[in-house]
Amino acid sequence: MSSAPADLTIAQAASALAAGDLSSVELTKASIAAMTAARNLNAFITETPELALERAAESDVRRGHGESAGPMDGIPIAVKDLFCTEGVLTTAASHILDGFVPPYESTVTANLRSAGAVMIGKTNLDEFAMGSANVTSYYGPVKNPWRAADGKDRVPGGSSGGSAAAVSARICAGATGTDTGGSIRQPGAFCGIVGMKPTYGRCSRWGVVAFSSSLDQPGPMARTVKDSAIMLTAMAGHDPKDSTSARVDTPDFAAAMTGDIRGLKVGVPAEYRIDGTPAEIDAMWHQGEKWLRDAGAECVPISLPHTKYALPTYYIVAPAEASSNLARYDGVRYGLRMPGASLDEMYANTRGAGFGSEVRRRVLIGTYVLSAGYYDAYYVKAQKLRTLIAQDFKMAFKQVDVILTPTAPSSAFVIGERLDDPIAMYLNDVFTVPASIAGLPGISVPAALDQSGLPLGLHLIARPFDEATLFRAAHALEQAANFTARPVLVSGL
Amino acid sequence: MALDAATVKRIAFLARVRVPEEDLKGLAGELSNILGWVEQLSEVDTDGVEPMSSVNATILSMRTDVITDGDDLDRVLANAPEREGSFFAVPKVIE
Repeated sequence: MSSAPADLTIAQAASALAAGDLSSVELTKASIAAMTAARNLNAFITETPELALERAAESDVRRGHGESAGPMDGIPIAVKDLFCTEGVLTTAASHILDGFVPPYESTVTANLRSAGAVMIGKTNLDEFAMGSANVTSYYGPVKNPWRAADGKDRVPGGSSGGSAAAVSARICAGATGTDTGGSIRQPGAFCGIVGMKPTYGRCSRWGVVAFSSSLDQPGPMARTVKDSAIMLTAMAGHDPKDSTSARVDTPDFAAAMTGDIRGLKVGVPAEYRIDGTPAEIDAMWHQGEKWLRDAGAECVPISLPHTKYALPTYYIVAPAEASSNLARYDGVRYGLRMPGASLDEMYANTRGAGFGSEVRRRVLIGTYVLSAGYYDAYYVKAQKLRTLIAQDFKMAFKQVDVILTPTAPSSAFVIGERLDDPIAMYLNDVFTVPASIAGLPGISVPAALDQSGLPLGLHLIARPFDEATLFRAAHALEQAANFTARPVLVSGL
Repeated sequence: MALDAATVKRIAFLARVRVPEEDLKGLAGELSNILGWVEQLSEVDTDGVEPMSSVNATILSMRTDVITDGDDLDRVLANAPEREGSFFAVPKVIE
Protein backbone atom coordinates (compact mmCIF):
# COMPACT_ATOMS: atom_id res chain seq x y z
CA MET A 1 0.00 0.00 0.00
CA SER A 2 1.56 3.25 -1.12
CA SER A 3 -1.14 5.57 0.22
CA ALA A 4 -2.58 5.98 3.68
CA PRO A 5 -5.97 4.22 3.85
CA ALA A 6 -7.95 7.45 4.30
CA ASP A 7 -6.32 8.87 1.19
CA LEU A 8 -7.57 6.10 -1.11
CA THR A 9 -10.36 6.71 -3.59
CA ILE A 10 -13.42 4.47 -3.45
CA ALA A 11 -12.18 2.53 -6.49
CA GLN A 12 -8.69 2.09 -4.99
CA ALA A 13 -10.06 1.07 -1.59
CA ALA A 14 -12.44 -1.40 -3.25
CA SER A 15 -9.48 -3.03 -5.04
CA ALA A 16 -7.44 -3.16 -1.85
CA LEU A 17 -10.38 -4.71 0.01
CA ALA A 18 -10.94 -7.23 -2.77
CA ALA A 19 -7.25 -8.15 -2.82
CA GLY A 20 -7.22 -8.64 0.93
CA ASP A 21 -4.57 -5.93 1.37
CA LEU A 22 -6.85 -4.03 3.69
CA SER A 23 -9.89 -4.78 5.83
CA SER A 24 -12.94 -2.58 6.14
CA VAL A 25 -12.26 -2.31 9.87
CA GLU A 26 -8.77 -0.93 9.16
CA LEU A 27 -10.12 1.47 6.57
CA THR A 28 -12.93 2.58 8.88
CA LYS A 29 -10.55 3.08 11.81
CA ALA A 30 -8.42 5.33 9.60
CA SER A 31 -11.53 7.33 8.65
CA ILE A 32 -12.60 7.68 12.26
CA ALA A 33 -9.10 8.83 13.23
CA ALA A 34 -9.17 11.42 10.43
CA MET A 35 -12.64 12.55 11.51
CA THR A 36 -11.43 12.99 15.08
CA ALA A 37 -8.28 14.82 14.01
CA ALA A 38 -10.24 17.25 11.83
CA ARG A 39 -12.92 18.19 14.38
CA ASN A 40 -11.90 21.84 14.07
CA LEU A 41 -13.57 21.84 10.63
CA ASN A 42 -16.96 21.25 12.31
CA ALA A 43 -17.86 19.03 9.36
CA PHE A 44 -19.88 16.57 11.43
CA ILE A 45 -22.93 17.12 13.61
CA THR A 46 -23.00 13.52 14.83
CA GLU A 47 -20.16 11.00 14.72
CA THR A 48 -21.13 7.33 14.70
CA PRO A 49 -17.83 5.48 15.24
CA GLU A 50 -19.25 2.46 17.10
CA LEU A 51 -21.93 1.89 14.50
CA ALA A 52 -19.30 2.28 11.77
CA LEU A 53 -16.95 -0.29 13.29
CA GLU A 54 -19.85 -2.70 13.74
CA ARG A 55 -20.86 -2.38 10.07
CA ALA A 56 -17.23 -2.56 8.93
CA ALA A 57 -16.80 -5.82 10.83
CA GLU A 58 -19.96 -7.17 9.17
CA SER A 59 -18.53 -6.18 5.79
CA ASP A 60 -15.30 -8.04 6.53
CA VAL A 61 -17.29 -11.13 7.52
CA ARG A 62 -19.30 -10.93 4.26
CA ARG A 63 -16.12 -10.63 2.26
CA GLY A 64 -14.58 -13.50 4.17
CA HIS A 65 -17.52 -15.65 3.04
CA GLY A 66 -17.08 -14.50 -0.54
CA GLU A 67 -20.31 -12.50 -0.38
CA SER A 68 -19.15 -8.96 -1.08
CA ALA A 69 -22.04 -6.66 -2.01
CA GLY A 70 -19.97 -4.79 -4.61
CA PRO A 71 -17.54 -1.88 -4.87
CA MET A 72 -19.12 0.11 -1.99
CA ASP A 73 -18.92 -2.82 0.43
CA GLY A 74 -16.80 -1.82 3.42
CA ILE A 75 -16.22 1.77 2.22
CA PRO A 76 -16.58 4.47 4.92
CA ILE A 77 -18.88 7.30 3.90
CA ALA A 78 -20.34 10.41 5.50
CA VAL A 79 -24.05 11.19 5.30
CA LYS A 80 -25.47 14.70 5.07
CA ASP A 81 -27.60 15.25 8.15
CA LEU A 82 -30.66 15.77 5.97
CA PHE A 83 -31.07 12.01 5.38
CA CYS A 84 -33.11 10.25 8.04
CA THR A 85 -31.09 7.46 9.60
CA GLU A 86 -32.81 4.92 11.79
CA GLY A 87 -31.79 5.26 15.43
CA VAL A 88 -29.32 8.08 14.68
CA LEU A 89 -30.05 11.74 15.50
CA THR A 90 -31.14 13.65 12.39
CA THR A 91 -31.16 17.44 12.69
CA ALA A 92 -31.25 19.10 9.23
CA ALA A 93 -28.92 21.50 11.13
CA SER A 94 -32.02 23.08 12.67
CA HIS A 95 -32.85 23.82 16.29
CA ILE A 96 -36.44 22.82 15.54
CA LEU A 97 -35.47 19.16 15.07
CA ASP A 98 -33.79 18.97 18.49
CA GLY A 99 -33.45 15.37 19.59
CA PHE A 100 -35.20 13.87 16.56
CA VAL A 101 -34.22 10.21 16.15
CA PRO A 102 -35.96 8.80 13.05
CA PRO A 103 -37.63 5.42 13.43
CA TYR A 104 -36.89 4.77 9.73
CA GLU A 105 -34.06 4.96 7.21
CA SER A 106 -34.11 7.07 4.03
CA THR A 107 -34.18 5.03 0.83
CA VAL A 108 -30.83 6.39 -0.40
CA THR A 109 -28.98 5.59 2.83
CA ALA A 110 -30.73 2.21 2.98
CA ASN A 111 -29.54 1.52 -0.58
CA LEU A 112 -25.98 2.49 0.37
CA ARG A 113 -26.20 0.29 3.43
CA SER A 114 -27.39 -2.65 1.33
CA ALA A 115 -24.40 -2.01 -0.91
CA GLY A 116 -22.22 -2.39 2.19
CA ALA A 117 -21.20 1.24 2.71
CA VAL A 118 -20.17 2.13 6.25
CA MET A 119 -21.58 5.38 7.67
CA ILE A 120 -19.08 7.15 9.93
CA GLY A 121 -21.27 10.14 10.81
CA LYS A 122 -23.79 12.79 9.85
CA THR A 123 -22.42 15.93 8.26
CA ASN A 124 -23.15 19.58 8.91
CA LEU A 125 -25.15 21.64 6.41
CA ASP A 126 -27.03 24.88 6.06
CA GLU A 127 -30.24 24.77 8.11
CA PHE A 128 -32.78 22.75 6.11
CA ALA A 129 -30.28 22.92 3.21
CA MET A 130 -31.05 26.62 2.74
CA GLY A 131 -27.79 28.35 2.03
CA SER A 132 -24.67 28.49 -0.08
CA ALA A 133 -21.96 28.78 2.56
CA ASN A 134 -22.88 26.44 5.41
CA VAL A 135 -23.16 29.47 7.68
CA THR A 136 -26.86 29.08 8.55
CA SER A 137 -26.40 25.84 10.51
CA TYR A 138 -27.67 25.82 14.10
CA TYR A 139 -24.51 23.81 14.81
CA GLY A 140 -22.17 26.55 13.57
CA PRO A 141 -20.28 27.11 10.33
CA VAL A 142 -18.07 24.51 8.66
CA LYS A 143 -14.53 25.48 7.73
CA ASN A 144 -13.21 24.77 4.27
CA PRO A 145 -10.06 22.59 4.50
CA TRP A 146 -8.51 24.87 1.85
CA ARG A 147 -6.77 28.06 2.91
CA ALA A 148 -5.53 31.00 0.88
CA ALA A 149 -2.36 32.94 1.66
CA ASP A 150 -4.28 35.25 4.02
CA GLY A 151 -4.84 32.29 6.37
CA LYS A 152 -8.48 33.22 6.98
CA ASP A 153 -11.10 30.51 7.49
CA ARG A 154 -13.22 30.11 4.37
CA VAL A 155 -16.66 28.67 3.76
CA PRO A 156 -16.93 25.19 2.23
CA GLY A 157 -19.93 26.28 0.16
CA GLY A 158 -23.37 24.96 0.84
CA SER A 159 -25.65 23.55 1.63
CA SER A 160 -23.74 20.21 1.64
CA GLY A 161 -20.70 21.93 3.19
CA GLY A 162 -19.89 19.31 5.82
CA SER A 163 -19.96 16.50 3.26
CA ALA A 164 -17.71 18.48 0.90
CA ALA A 165 -15.25 19.35 3.68
CA ALA A 166 -15.13 15.73 4.91
CA VAL A 167 -14.33 14.36 1.46
CA SER A 168 -11.86 17.15 0.69
CA ALA A 169 -10.05 16.68 4.02
CA ARG A 170 -9.62 12.94 3.30
CA ILE A 171 -11.83 11.94 6.21
CA CYS A 172 -13.69 9.64 3.83
CA ALA A 173 -13.70 9.04 0.09
CA GLY A 174 -17.40 9.65 -0.44
CA ALA A 175 -20.38 11.38 1.11
CA THR A 176 -24.02 11.92 0.30
CA GLY A 177 -25.28 15.38 -0.50
CA THR A 178 -28.52 16.89 -1.67
CA ASP A 179 -28.86 19.54 -4.34
CA THR A 180 -31.85 21.86 -4.68
CA GLY A 181 -30.23 24.78 -6.51
CA GLY A 182 -26.53 23.88 -6.41
CA SER A 183 -26.03 22.45 -2.91
CA ILE A 184 -23.83 19.57 -4.11
CA ARG A 185 -22.07 21.20 -7.05
CA GLN A 186 -21.11 24.57 -5.52
CA PRO A 187 -19.55 23.09 -2.33
CA GLY A 188 -17.87 20.53 -4.60
CA ALA A 189 -16.23 23.40 -6.48
CA PHE A 190 -15.32 25.33 -3.30
CA CYS A 191 -13.67 22.27 -1.72
CA GLY A 192 -11.89 20.94 -4.83
CA ILE A 193 -13.90 17.72 -5.13
CA VAL A 194 -16.43 16.24 -7.57
CA GLY A 195 -20.07 17.05 -6.78
CA MET A 196 -22.81 15.43 -8.82
CA LYS A 197 -26.53 16.17 -8.97
CA PRO A 198 -28.47 13.41 -10.75
CA THR A 199 -31.58 13.96 -12.86
CA TYR A 200 -34.61 14.81 -10.72
CA GLY A 201 -36.21 11.44 -9.96
CA ARG A 202 -33.03 9.36 -10.30
CA CYS A 203 -32.55 9.05 -6.53
CA SER A 204 -35.45 8.64 -4.14
CA ARG A 205 -36.29 11.58 -1.91
CA TRP A 206 -38.04 9.34 0.61
CA GLY A 207 -36.66 9.97 4.09
CA VAL A 208 -34.76 13.08 3.00
CA VAL A 209 -35.92 16.08 5.02
CA ALA A 210 -37.85 18.06 2.40
CA PHE A 211 -36.89 21.59 1.39
CA SER A 212 -38.29 22.16 -2.11
CA SER A 213 -39.88 18.95 -3.26
CA SER A 214 -39.94 19.66 -7.00
CA LEU A 215 -36.20 20.46 -6.97
CA ASP A 216 -34.53 18.40 -4.20
CA GLN A 217 -32.30 15.59 -5.42
CA PRO A 218 -29.75 13.47 -3.52
CA GLY A 219 -26.38 12.83 -5.12
CA PRO A 220 -22.80 11.69 -4.51
CA MET A 221 -19.77 13.74 -3.46
CA ALA A 222 -16.35 12.17 -3.98
CA ARG A 223 -12.83 13.01 -5.08
CA THR A 224 -13.00 11.43 -8.54
CA VAL A 225 -15.58 11.17 -11.30
CA LYS A 226 -15.32 7.38 -11.22
CA ASP A 227 -16.04 7.30 -7.48
CA SER A 228 -19.09 9.51 -8.03
CA ALA A 229 -20.29 7.08 -10.69
CA ILE A 230 -19.75 4.07 -8.39
CA MET A 231 -21.57 5.78 -5.57
CA LEU A 232 -24.52 6.93 -7.69
CA THR A 233 -25.04 3.37 -8.95
CA ALA A 234 -25.45 2.32 -5.31
CA MET A 235 -27.73 5.24 -4.37
CA ALA A 236 -30.14 5.33 -7.31
CA GLY A 237 -33.16 3.28 -8.31
CA HIS A 238 -36.93 3.45 -8.51
CA ASP A 239 -38.67 3.72 -5.17
CA PRO A 240 -42.43 3.21 -4.84
CA LYS A 241 -42.32 5.30 -1.65
CA ASP A 242 -41.44 8.45 -3.65
CA SER A 243 -44.14 9.22 -6.23
CA THR A 244 -41.66 11.33 -8.24
CA SER A 245 -39.04 8.58 -8.34
CA ALA A 246 -38.44 7.67 -11.97
CA ARG A 247 -39.09 4.21 -13.34
CA VAL A 248 -35.75 3.91 -15.05
CA ASP A 249 -33.02 1.31 -14.79
CA THR A 250 -29.81 2.14 -12.98
CA PRO A 251 -26.90 1.41 -15.29
CA ASP A 252 -23.37 0.69 -14.07
CA PHE A 253 -22.33 4.33 -14.46
CA ALA A 254 -18.62 3.65 -13.92
CA ALA A 255 -18.62 1.11 -16.75
CA ALA A 256 -20.08 3.76 -19.07
CA MET A 257 -16.96 5.87 -18.66
CA THR A 258 -15.20 4.72 -21.79
CA GLY A 259 -12.70 7.56 -21.87
CA ASP A 260 -13.74 8.34 -25.44
CA ILE A 261 -15.52 11.63 -26.10
CA ARG A 262 -14.66 11.94 -29.79
CA GLY A 263 -17.54 13.56 -31.64
CA LEU A 264 -19.28 14.67 -28.44
CA LYS A 265 -21.02 18.01 -28.93
CA VAL A 266 -20.45 20.49 -26.14
CA GLY A 267 -22.60 23.61 -25.86
CA VAL A 268 -21.14 26.81 -24.45
CA PRO A 269 -23.99 29.14 -23.43
CA ALA A 270 -23.44 32.84 -24.16
CA GLU A 271 -25.76 33.93 -21.34
CA TYR A 272 -23.47 32.43 -18.68
CA ARG A 273 -20.88 35.11 -19.41
CA ILE A 274 -22.02 37.55 -16.77
CA ASP A 275 -20.55 40.89 -15.74
CA GLY A 276 -18.32 40.78 -12.74
CA THR A 277 -17.14 37.18 -13.16
CA PRO A 278 -13.43 37.11 -12.29
CA ALA A 279 -11.15 36.86 -15.33
CA GLU A 280 -9.55 33.67 -14.02
CA ILE A 281 -12.93 31.92 -13.96
CA ASP A 282 -13.52 32.99 -17.54
CA ALA A 283 -10.03 31.73 -18.44
CA MET A 284 -10.73 28.37 -16.76
CA TRP A 285 -13.95 28.09 -18.76
CA HIS A 286 -12.03 28.68 -22.03
CA GLN A 287 -9.44 26.15 -20.87
CA GLY A 288 -12.23 23.64 -20.27
CA GLU A 289 -13.43 24.10 -23.86
CA LYS A 290 -9.90 23.53 -25.10
CA TRP A 291 -9.49 20.38 -22.98
CA LEU A 292 -12.67 18.90 -24.38
CA ARG A 293 -11.74 19.87 -27.97
CA ASP A 294 -8.29 18.32 -27.54
CA ALA A 295 -10.02 15.11 -26.44
CA GLY A 296 -12.00 15.08 -29.68
CA ALA A 297 -15.20 16.89 -28.71
CA GLU A 298 -16.72 19.71 -30.70
CA CYS A 299 -17.58 22.92 -28.83
CA VAL A 300 -20.40 25.05 -30.19
CA PRO A 301 -21.87 28.33 -28.95
CA ILE A 302 -25.46 27.99 -27.77
CA SER A 303 -28.09 30.31 -26.36
CA LEU A 304 -30.21 29.77 -23.25
CA PRO A 305 -32.15 33.04 -23.43
CA HIS A 306 -34.00 32.87 -20.11
CA THR A 307 -30.90 32.19 -17.99
CA LYS A 308 -31.03 35.52 -16.14
CA TYR A 309 -34.51 34.73 -14.86
CA ALA A 310 -33.54 31.37 -13.35
CA LEU A 311 -32.38 32.74 -10.01
CA PRO A 312 -35.43 34.95 -9.31
CA THR A 313 -37.67 32.08 -10.47
CA TYR A 314 -35.90 29.78 -8.03
CA TYR A 315 -36.32 32.26 -5.18
CA ILE A 316 -40.09 32.13 -5.63
CA VAL A 317 -40.53 28.41 -6.28
CA ALA A 318 -38.14 27.12 -3.60
CA PRO A 319 -39.38 29.31 -0.71
CA ALA A 320 -43.01 28.59 -1.70
CA GLU A 321 -42.42 24.85 -1.51
CA ALA A 322 -40.31 25.28 1.63
CA SER A 323 -43.01 27.24 3.46
CA SER A 324 -45.41 24.42 2.67
CA ASN A 325 -42.98 21.61 3.60
CA LEU A 326 -41.86 23.26 6.81
CA ALA A 327 -45.46 23.60 8.02
CA ARG A 328 -44.99 20.16 9.58
CA TYR A 329 -42.67 21.54 12.27
CA ASP A 330 -45.35 22.37 14.78
CA GLY A 331 -43.93 21.13 18.07
CA VAL A 332 -46.43 18.28 18.26
CA ARG A 333 -44.88 15.14 16.82
CA TYR A 334 -41.12 15.59 17.05
CA GLY A 335 -38.39 18.07 17.82
CA LEU A 336 -38.54 21.31 19.73
CA ARG A 337 -41.63 22.55 21.57
CA MET A 338 -41.90 25.96 23.19
CA PRO A 339 -44.82 26.45 25.57
CA GLY A 340 -47.77 28.68 24.68
CA ALA A 341 -51.14 29.47 26.22
CA SER A 342 -53.05 28.24 23.18
CA LEU A 343 -52.28 25.77 20.40
CA ASP A 344 -51.68 28.63 17.95
CA GLU A 345 -49.35 30.34 20.37
CA MET A 346 -47.45 27.10 20.97
CA TYR A 347 -47.01 26.70 17.18
CA ALA A 348 -45.80 30.27 16.72
CA ASN A 349 -43.46 30.20 19.72
CA THR A 350 -41.98 26.86 18.66
CA ARG A 351 -41.43 27.97 15.08
CA GLY A 352 -40.21 31.42 16.12
CA ALA A 353 -37.56 29.88 18.36
CA GLY A 354 -36.79 26.86 16.19
CA PHE A 355 -36.10 28.43 12.79
CA GLY A 356 -32.94 30.42 12.11
CA SER A 357 -32.99 33.73 10.28
CA GLU A 358 -32.51 32.42 6.71
CA VAL A 359 -35.16 29.72 7.12
CA ARG A 360 -37.53 32.27 8.67
CA ARG A 361 -36.91 34.63 5.76
CA ARG A 362 -37.72 31.93 3.20
CA VAL A 363 -40.79 30.67 5.07
CA LEU A 364 -42.14 34.23 5.15
CA ILE A 365 -41.36 34.87 1.45
CA GLY A 366 -42.97 31.54 0.55
CA THR A 367 -46.04 32.25 2.64
CA TYR A 368 -46.38 35.66 1.00
CA VAL A 369 -46.06 34.47 -2.63
CA LEU A 370 -48.62 31.73 -1.97
CA SER A 371 -51.07 34.00 -0.16
CA ALA A 372 -54.40 35.12 -1.61
CA GLY A 373 -53.96 37.95 -4.09
CA TYR A 374 -50.27 37.25 -4.77
CA TYR A 375 -50.36 33.62 -5.88
CA ASP A 376 -50.79 34.39 -9.60
CA ALA A 377 -48.46 37.38 -9.66
CA TYR A 378 -45.55 35.52 -8.07
CA TYR A 379 -45.97 31.78 -7.86
CA VAL A 380 -47.77 31.06 -11.13
CA LYS A 381 -45.55 33.60 -12.92
CA ALA A 382 -42.46 31.75 -11.64
CA GLN A 383 -43.91 28.41 -12.74
CA LYS A 384 -44.36 29.84 -16.24
CA LEU A 385 -40.77 31.04 -16.29
CA ARG A 386 -39.81 27.54 -15.21
CA THR A 387 -41.45 26.21 -18.38
CA LEU A 388 -39.48 28.69 -20.51
CA ILE A 389 -36.17 27.86 -18.80
CA ALA A 390 -36.76 24.13 -19.28
CA GLN A 391 -37.64 24.75 -22.95
CA ASP A 392 -34.35 26.62 -23.46
CA PHE A 393 -32.47 23.49 -22.40
CA LYS A 394 -34.69 21.23 -24.48
CA MET A 395 -33.91 23.29 -27.58
CA ALA A 396 -30.19 23.35 -26.78
CA PHE A 397 -30.07 19.58 -26.33
CA LYS A 398 -31.35 19.12 -29.88
CA GLN A 399 -28.01 20.54 -30.90
CA VAL A 400 -25.54 19.40 -28.23
CA ASP A 401 -24.91 16.46 -25.88
CA VAL A 402 -23.60 18.34 -22.85
CA ILE A 403 -23.30 21.96 -21.74
CA LEU A 404 -20.11 23.40 -20.21
CA THR A 405 -20.15 26.31 -17.72
CA PRO A 406 -18.23 27.36 -14.62
CA THR A 407 -19.72 25.95 -11.40
CA ALA A 408 -19.70 29.15 -9.33
CA PRO A 409 -18.91 32.82 -9.94
CA SER A 410 -16.15 32.90 -7.29
CA SER A 411 -13.92 30.67 -5.21
CA ALA A 412 -14.59 30.07 -1.50
CA PHE A 413 -15.04 33.31 0.40
CA VAL A 414 -14.19 34.17 4.00
CA ILE A 415 -16.62 33.02 6.72
CA GLY A 416 -18.80 35.98 7.66
CA GLU A 417 -18.79 37.66 4.23
CA ARG A 418 -22.03 38.23 2.30
CA LEU A 419 -24.15 37.67 5.40
CA ASP A 420 -25.92 41.02 5.40
CA ASP A 421 -27.12 40.78 1.80
CA PRO A 422 -29.26 37.71 1.04
CA ILE A 423 -29.25 38.39 -2.72
CA ALA A 424 -25.42 38.51 -2.85
CA MET A 425 -25.44 35.08 -1.19
CA TYR A 426 -28.08 33.77 -3.62
CA LEU A 427 -25.84 34.75 -6.59
CA ASN A 428 -23.46 31.90 -5.66
CA ASP A 429 -25.87 29.55 -7.41
CA VAL A 430 -26.30 31.57 -10.60
CA PHE A 431 -24.69 28.83 -12.77
CA THR A 432 -26.21 25.82 -11.02
CA VAL A 433 -29.83 26.89 -10.49
CA PRO A 434 -30.97 26.79 -14.16
CA ALA A 435 -30.25 23.04 -14.48
CA SER A 436 -32.04 22.45 -11.16
CA ILE A 437 -35.13 24.26 -12.41
CA ALA A 438 -35.14 22.03 -15.48
CA GLY A 439 -34.44 18.88 -13.42
CA LEU A 440 -31.26 18.10 -15.37
CA PRO A 441 -28.19 16.21 -14.17
CA GLY A 442 -25.07 18.29 -13.51
CA ILE A 443 -21.58 17.71 -12.20
CA SER A 444 -18.79 19.92 -10.91
CA VAL A 445 -15.23 18.80 -11.59
CA PRO A 446 -12.23 20.46 -9.89
CA ALA A 447 -10.38 22.21 -12.69
CA ALA A 448 -7.86 24.74 -11.40
CA LEU A 449 -6.64 26.84 -8.51
CA ASP A 450 -7.22 30.57 -8.54
CA GLN A 451 -4.48 33.11 -7.81
CA SER A 452 -5.03 32.79 -4.09
CA GLY A 453 -4.65 29.01 -4.25
CA LEU A 454 -8.32 28.08 -3.89
CA PRO A 455 -10.04 25.49 -6.08
CA LEU A 456 -12.38 26.32 -8.97
CA GLY A 457 -14.80 23.94 -10.64
CA LEU A 458 -16.11 23.36 -14.15
CA HIS A 459 -19.74 22.38 -14.50
CA LEU A 460 -21.32 20.06 -17.05
CA ILE A 461 -25.05 19.62 -17.66
CA ALA A 462 -26.63 16.77 -19.64
CA ARG A 463 -30.00 15.59 -20.91
CA PRO A 464 -32.46 14.05 -18.43
CA PHE A 465 -31.34 10.55 -17.38
CA ASP A 466 -28.20 10.77 -19.50
CA GLU A 467 -25.83 10.63 -16.53
CA ALA A 468 -23.72 8.13 -18.50
CA THR A 469 -22.74 10.85 -21.00
CA LEU A 470 -22.31 13.35 -18.17
CA PHE A 471 -19.82 11.07 -16.38
CA ARG A 472 -18.02 10.29 -19.65
CA ALA A 473 -17.50 13.99 -20.41
CA ALA A 474 -16.63 14.82 -16.79
CA HIS A 475 -14.04 12.06 -16.80
CA ALA A 476 -12.40 13.62 -19.88
CA LEU A 477 -12.28 17.00 -18.14
CA GLU A 478 -10.83 15.39 -15.03
CA GLN A 479 -8.10 13.66 -17.04
CA ALA A 480 -7.15 16.88 -18.80
CA ALA A 481 -7.31 19.07 -15.69
CA ASN A 482 -5.16 16.62 -13.74
CA PHE A 483 -6.11 18.36 -10.50
CA THR A 484 -3.67 17.00 -7.92
CA ALA A 485 -3.58 19.90 -5.46
CA ARG A 486 -4.53 19.15 -1.88
CA PRO A 487 -6.02 21.30 0.82
CA VAL A 488 -3.63 22.91 3.28
CA LEU A 489 -5.06 21.05 6.25
CA VAL A 490 -4.14 17.77 4.58
CA SER A 491 -0.82 18.61 3.01
CA GLY A 492 0.26 20.15 6.31
CA LEU A 493 1.84 23.20 4.72
CA MET B 1 -43.30 45.56 -4.01
CA ALA B 2 -42.47 47.15 -0.67
CA LEU B 3 -43.76 45.38 2.42
CA ASP B 4 -44.38 47.29 5.63
CA ALA B 5 -44.02 45.97 9.16
CA ALA B 6 -47.77 45.35 9.45
CA THR B 7 -47.74 43.12 6.36
CA VAL B 8 -44.76 41.17 7.70
CA LYS B 9 -46.65 40.71 10.95
CA ARG B 10 -49.64 39.36 9.03
CA ILE B 11 -47.48 36.94 6.97
CA ALA B 12 -45.73 35.80 10.14
CA PHE B 13 -49.13 35.07 11.66
CA LEU B 14 -50.19 33.08 8.57
CA ALA B 15 -46.92 31.10 8.80
CA ARG B 16 -47.33 30.69 12.58
CA VAL B 17 -43.86 32.07 13.24
CA ARG B 18 -43.48 34.40 16.20
CA VAL B 19 -41.41 37.38 15.10
CA PRO B 20 -40.29 39.80 17.83
CA GLU B 21 -41.65 43.33 17.27
CA GLU B 22 -38.13 44.73 16.98
CA ASP B 23 -37.38 42.40 14.02
CA LEU B 24 -40.40 43.43 11.94
CA LYS B 25 -38.95 46.55 10.37
CA GLY B 26 -35.66 44.92 9.40
CA LEU B 27 -37.48 41.94 7.94
CA ALA B 28 -39.78 44.22 5.97
CA GLY B 29 -36.70 45.76 4.35
CA GLU B 30 -35.09 42.38 3.57
CA LEU B 31 -38.27 40.86 2.16
CA SER B 32 -38.98 43.99 0.11
CA ASN B 33 -35.50 43.78 -1.42
CA ILE B 34 -36.01 40.15 -2.39
CA LEU B 35 -39.48 40.81 -3.81
CA GLY B 36 -38.13 43.83 -5.70
CA TRP B 37 -35.43 41.65 -7.20
CA VAL B 38 -37.81 38.86 -8.31
CA GLU B 39 -40.03 41.56 -9.84
CA GLN B 40 -37.82 41.38 -12.97
CA LEU B 41 -39.82 38.32 -14.02
CA SER B 42 -42.59 40.70 -15.08
CA GLU B 43 -40.39 41.74 -18.06
CA VAL B 44 -41.10 38.38 -19.65
CA ASP B 45 -44.25 37.88 -21.66
CA THR B 46 -45.68 34.60 -20.37
CA ASP B 47 -49.12 34.79 -21.97
CA GLY B 48 -50.15 31.32 -23.07
CA VAL B 49 -47.22 29.62 -21.30
CA GLU B 50 -48.21 26.59 -19.22
CA PRO B 51 -47.03 26.78 -15.61
CA MET B 52 -44.67 23.95 -14.66
CA SER B 53 -45.16 22.40 -11.25
CA SER B 54 -42.84 19.45 -11.79
CA VAL B 55 -40.24 18.40 -14.34
CA ASN B 56 -41.47 14.88 -13.90
CA ALA B 57 -43.75 14.20 -16.84
CA THR B 58 -44.79 10.74 -15.75
CA ILE B 59 -48.32 10.18 -14.55
CA LEU B 60 -48.52 9.20 -10.93
CA SER B 61 -48.96 5.48 -10.60
CA MET B 62 -51.89 3.86 -8.85
CA ARG B 63 -51.72 1.33 -6.07
CA THR B 64 -54.30 -0.67 -4.21
CA ASP B 65 -55.66 1.24 -1.25
CA VAL B 66 -54.77 -1.21 1.48
CA ILE B 67 -53.13 -0.94 4.87
CA THR B 68 -49.43 -1.77 4.52
CA ASP B 69 -48.20 -0.54 7.85
CA GLY B 70 -49.39 0.26 11.33
CA ASP B 71 -49.77 -1.04 14.86
CA ASP B 72 -46.60 0.76 15.75
CA LEU B 73 -47.73 3.21 18.39
CA ASP B 74 -44.50 3.43 20.32
CA ARG B 75 -42.36 4.14 17.28
CA VAL B 76 -44.85 6.75 16.05
CA LEU B 77 -44.89 8.48 19.44
CA ALA B 78 -41.22 8.01 20.27
CA ASN B 79 -40.26 11.55 19.26
CA ALA B 80 -43.28 13.33 20.74
CA PRO B 81 -42.28 16.34 22.87
CA GLU B 82 -45.33 15.57 25.02
CA ARG B 83 -47.24 12.34 25.12
CA GLU B 84 -50.29 11.29 27.08
CA GLY B 85 -51.02 7.61 26.94
CA SER B 86 -51.36 6.72 23.29
CA PHE B 87 -51.75 10.36 22.14
CA PHE B 88 -49.71 13.38 21.18
CA ALA B 89 -50.51 16.02 23.79
CA VAL B 90 -51.19 19.66 22.82
CA PRO B 91 -52.49 22.71 24.68
CA LYS B 92 -56.26 22.68 25.20
CA VAL B 93 -58.11 23.64 21.99
CA ILE B 94 -61.76 23.36 23.07
CA GLU B 95 -63.08 25.46 25.94
